[in-house]
This record gives sequence, C-alpha cells and structure tokens, in this order.
Amino acid sequence: MKFTKLMTSLTAAALVLAMAGVSAQAADLRVGVEGAYPPFSWKESDGTLKGFDIEIAEAVCAELNRKCVLIEQDWDGMIPALLARKFDTIIASMSITEERKKRVDFSDKYYNTPAKFVAKKGSGLKITKEGLKGKRIGLQRGTTHQCFMEKMFPDVELVLYGSQDEVFQDLAIGRIDAQFSDSIAADDGFLKTDAGKDFEFTGGDQHDEACHGPGAGMAVRKADTALRDDLNKAIRALRENGTYQKINAKYFEFDIFGG
Amino acid sequence: MGDSIIQFLETWSPIDIVLIAQNFDRFLWGALTTLQLTAMSLIIGGLLAIPLAIIRAGNNPFLNAPVWAFTYLFRGTPLLVQTYLIYYGLGQFEWIRETFLWGPVLSQAWYCALIAFSLNTAAYSAELLRGSIVNTSQGEVEAAKACGFSNWMRLRRIILPSAFRRALPAYSNEVIFMLHGSVVASTITIQDLLGVGRWLNGRYYLAYEGFITAAVLYFIIVLLVSRGFRLWEKHWLAHLYPQEAVKTKPKKGLASFRI
Amino acid sequence: MDLILEYQGQLLSGTWVTIKLALLSLVIAVLFGLIGAGAKLSRNIVAQKIAGGYTSIVRGVPDLVLILLVFFGGQELANQIGILTGLWDYAEISQFAAGVGTIGVVFGGYMTETFRGAILSIPKGQIEAAVACGMSRPTIFRRVIWPQMVVYALPGFSNNWLVQIKSTALVSVIGLQDVVYNGFVAGRSTRQLFTFMFAVLMIYLVLTAISDSGLRWLDRKYSKGIVRSEDG
Repeated sequence: MKFTKLMTSLTAAALVLAMAGVSAQAADLRVGVEGAYPPFSWKESDGTLKGFDIEIAEAVCAELNRKCVLIEQDWDGMIPALLARKFDTIIASMSITEERKKRVDFSDKYYNTPAKFVAKKGSGLKITKEGLKGKRIGLQRGTTHQCFMEKMFPDVELVLYGSQDEVFQDLAIGRIDAQFSDSIAADDGFLKTDAGKDFEFTGGDQHDEACHGPGAGMAVRKADTALRDDLNKAIRALRENGTYQKINAKYFEFDIFGG
Repeated sequence: MGDSIIQFLETWSPIDIVLIAQNFDRFLWGALTTLQLTAMSLIIGGLLAIPLAIIRAGNNPFLNAPVWAFTYLFRGTPLLVQTYLIYYGLGQFEWIRETFLWGPVLSQAWYCALIAFSLNTAAYSAELLRGSIVNTSQGEVEAAKACGFSNWMRLRRIILPSAFRRALPAYSNEVIFMLHGSVVASTITIQDLLGVGRWLNGRYYLAYEGFITAAVLYFIIVLLVSRGFRLWEKHWLAHLYPQEAVKTKPKKGLASFRI
Repeated sequence: MDLILEYQGQLLSGTWVTIKLALLSLVIAVLFGLIGAGAKLSRNIVAQKIAGGYTSIVRGVPDLVLILLVFFGGQELANQIGILTGLWDYAEISQFAAGVGTIGVVFGGYMTETFRGAILSIPKGQIEAAVACGMSRPTIFRRVIWPQMVVYALPGFSNNWLVQIKSTALVSVIGLQDVVYNGFVAGRSTRQLFTFMFAVLMIYLVLTAISDSGLRWLDRKYSKGIVRSEDG
C-alpha cells in the first residue's frame, strides 16, 4: 500500500528531525552541572547558573584552553548521563566514593567539607541509633548521605528528594524532623537564609570513609584518562596561581579545600 | 553452580539482574503503595463523583456552576501540577501550617497525593457519570413515573443503577488512567513502584534497571486490572448484549488475549 | 504578582517549549496512529500482532516510566547501536527528543484505537461500492475512507489531544525546561511555590481551553449532516 510507505517515510523524517541534536565540537569541554545546590550551584531568575562549582568549572576550562559548555542535569541522572556521553565531566560537588568508582573515574578532590545534621533549634534530637529511630530524615537521593544513613541508621525513615533545595523546603515547613547533608551546603544554602533562621546544626561532623570518601571530585568516564589527568593538572594550577582562593573567598570564609 | 550463574549474569547480562533480584522485595512494597494509593483515590473520588454528577445532570444553576468550574479546572490541567500545588504549594502559607490538618495530613506526602488524585478522579468520574445519567433511556424513566416513583426513588432505583452499569466500560479506562497517573507520587518523595525504580537507579548509579523493572510490574498490574474489569463488565452488562451473542460467545483463548 | 513578572521570561519560554513539545508529538502520534490502525485492520497477521503488542505496552506502562526509560536507557541503546553498526559514534537523545518521541509514540497507541474505530464505523457497503466502481486502493482511501474517518475520529482525537497536552507536563521530570520545570525552579528559589504552580495551572487551563474551543469548532464544521449521539 503506497499510503503506508508514505507514512513510514514521513515518520522516519519526523523522528530524525526530533532526534537531531547538536553534538559539540571536540574542543569544547561539556560539563554536567546541577543548579539546585546553593552555594555550589543555583539558578538566577534570568536562567543563568551561578555558584562555586560553576566558577570552578569555568576556571578549569580556561586553564585547559577549552570552551566550556555547561549542561544542566538533574542529580538523579548525573552518572548515567556522563556514561551516555551527554557531557564529558561532572563538576557538581560529587563525592569520590568506591561505589561510584565502579562506574566512573574521578579527578583528585577539589574540595572537602564534612557532613552534618540540621534540625529545629532546641529539638533535642540525639544523633544516635535510639535517638533517630523512627524519625523522618530528609536527604537528596543518590548521594553519599543516603549511603551513610542506610548503613549507620537503618531504623530511620528516610525521605528522599531529587534536589537539596527541596530538602530545605520541606525541613523549613516541618515535613521532616531533620535533614542530613554537606555542612557548607546546609549553612549557606539554608541556615544563613531567612527560611533557616530557626534551625541549627545538631551533632558533630559525620563521616564514614566508605560512604563519604576523600571529598568532591570531577567525574569522567573510565576510558577518559587523558581528561582526568588534564583536570588534575588544572586543579593543581588553580590552587597554585591563586584562582581557586579567589573563587573560594567569594563564597566562604575559610578554605574549603580541606587538609 | 548458583555462583557460576550469578557470575555469568554479572558479566554478560546487559541488565544487572542480580541487583534487581536483591532488591525485589522493595519493588513489591512499591507496587503495594501504588495499588493502595490508586485504590483509595478511586474510592474517595468515586464517592465524591456521585453527588457531583447528579448536580451536573440536574438543572440548578447555583449548584451546577461551581461543580462545572471544579471539573473544568481538574480536567483541564495536568495531575502533576495539581499534585505539586498541593504538596509543595500549600506549605507556602503559614496559616495552613498552623491548622490542625497540617501535622497529621497535609505535612505527609502520602495524604497530599491522595487528596490530589481523589479530586482529579472525582472530576473525571463525575463528568463520565453525568453523561451516563443524561443518556438514560426515557422509557425507563417514564415507566418509573407511571409506577408512581418519586424523584428520589427514580434516581436511586432506576437511573443510577442503570447509569453505573453503562458507565462501566468508560470507567475502566479511568481506572487505568489513574493507575498511570499514580506515578506522579514518585515526584513528591513517595516510594511507589516508580519511586523504588528511581531509588535503585540513584543508589547504584544505573541508567535503566529500575525503570525496566517498574515498567514490567506496571504492565502486569494493568493486565490484571483490565482482565478484572472485563469479567465485571460481562457480568453487569449482560442484559445489554443480544441474548444469542452471550450464549455463543466463543471461549477466549490465549491468542485473543489483549488488554 | 511582582514575582511572576520578574520570572515571566522563564515562564513564557517554558510555555513555548510546552507548546512545541505538544504539537510535534501530536504529529508523531497521528502518524503512528494511522500506521497502527492500518496494521490492525490489515489481513497480515504479523502486522496485526505487532500493532496489538504496541497498543498493549502503551496501555500497560505509564508514560512517565517510558519517558524515563527512553531518556536514560535509550541514550545507552543508541550509543551501543552506533558502536555495533559503526554508523555513528554518538547520537544525542536530548530531553526534548525523548519527550517528543515518547509522548508521540504513546499517544500514537491511543490514536491507533481511535482511528481503527473510526474506519470501522464507515459502512462496508461504501467500500464495496468503491471497489465495484473500479477505484484503486489509494483512491478509495483518499476519496471514501479518509473524509469520513476524519469526522468519526474527531471526538476521540479531541479527547486524546487534551490528554496529550497535559501529559507534556511529565517531561519536566527528566529536566526539560518546560513551563512546569521553569515554574517549579522559580517557585523553589523564591519559596513561593503555590504562586508559581498556580500560574502554571492557569497557563495549562488556557492551553486546553483554546484547544477545546478550536476542536469544537472543527467538529461543528465537519459533522454537518452526520447524526451522532451527544456523549462524545
């Protein structure tokens, strides 16, 4: 039937049109970033991306003499998107962990800050197995913090969110008893804002080497060893020429690179 | 022997079957959550729909207008946005957070989803039932009048039972749509079937295993629900089929097994 | 209100993405619907089975699950096919492509049923008469089937389209910056989610209201002379 043939070719054409994307030139460095993790990355009202991760990414590209193409990606799909080659590296405060290393490779760390719980002021929440039992603790799905909570506090009711912003949102309005995240993200993204004025850190720094790893690194595909080495060189250069410190000072009062 | 099978699967299967099998109990819990949420929404929404449909089929403009506005709003906008509005939106207001409803109901994602889904399906079911009531055959109504039935009796004994039966085939579609729609719950932290799929992918940094497992389980659920409705329709609508057709209806073999 | 004005650029660009997404996926849905209906009505058993499997999957698996699967898994699959065949090194499946493709194919399944029903409503005698007059099959399709099919399919088509516009909201979950995504991001950063989600709700209401009245106009225009029950 002629008609079917015509329709088939029309469909094929429509599909090709829909799928035709722009693939970046080799010289561009395509960087996966998040945009919902202040002060490391967030989105302004005009749609531009801002934050520590964003500036570090741009500094790294400048150091490598490559054009930066920032690609926004929700946290959930970060590693799959890297593996699927939607971008070449992830610069999104991703901690270097053994579990992730099974799938991707990491540069050296570019910062390291401890994780902490945040709860309402005077909540009296005890960070022990008994104290947290049955409590609703919010955190971002697919993070080192999820690994930590599932391992150390299996009796907690975990409430998983797609982005850190949503965790803060629900903590502020009382849907969860506490949240667990990076302390800097909690401090600058929440506690220092108006919404977080009635909240405080509770318990000290939390760390589990297997879950948290040595700090945040830039993820690359396993085969991309050349890119990984380039990124390491760039991170060292930024530390040495003072660019890192300049960016650091814009956001934080102390050096977040860690020891 | 068992080990070598696992080893074979781990090395050669494109899908991480071992991981899915290890977490399969979570998927079953997720399926249960999906079924609970869908069933409860359908019950509450269905009960709401009956009076709304009677109002819409009647000709009292003061009652009709607000009900029309309600069904128009809920049928004209996406369930996702309705759910976001209730879950994320209501928390914006201090006074809502101070009512007695906040703690036990509105602060819980599960109830927010239940409210959104129930109102949504109430709107669709009401319009469906309205159509069915309006199309009740005049003969039946006149016969009831002739027998001296009051308005209320006519509605309860003649119009509604007949309208329910005739609405059943279309209502089975609404049930399937609600089941499809319930995936929205996974976007507001609920661990429904899709939520578990997203959890698995997030936890182990996978691209598709969680979604494939969820897809297969959804397919099975829809298949069973459709079969259930098919049997139910056969039972309740038997009087609408020609007599011989019922008697000589061929037995359905697997070949004609389609949902 | 001031906030909405501040973010109006984001909301408008999101709305435009939503409209493009809905229209492009409609084109795909209609094409798949026609092919599917043709396959279901053909005498070819294989074509019938394939079309049957297609509509079953579409009915059995929620669209959001398929969108996620295509966006995350499809990319991997596309890359693997490219490597195996050596035809391409990397094929981008963008959020937009995943959204348009999946929603188009899913609603193609619903359109299949609508078109099939519409073709079946055409009295057989007319087609037999056309054959008797010596018309070729394409001519029969063009002159006899198509004009009537359009009329019979219009109520079902309208219904599918209204559902389809609303389904486009789901692509915000894979991060496509449509009106829901942009509204949500704006609401999140200003902590005014009710305000922004309500604005998004109103935008959808306008879109569906426009479509609804447009389709009613078409229905009145095309159904002159055809008697149909009121419930469509």
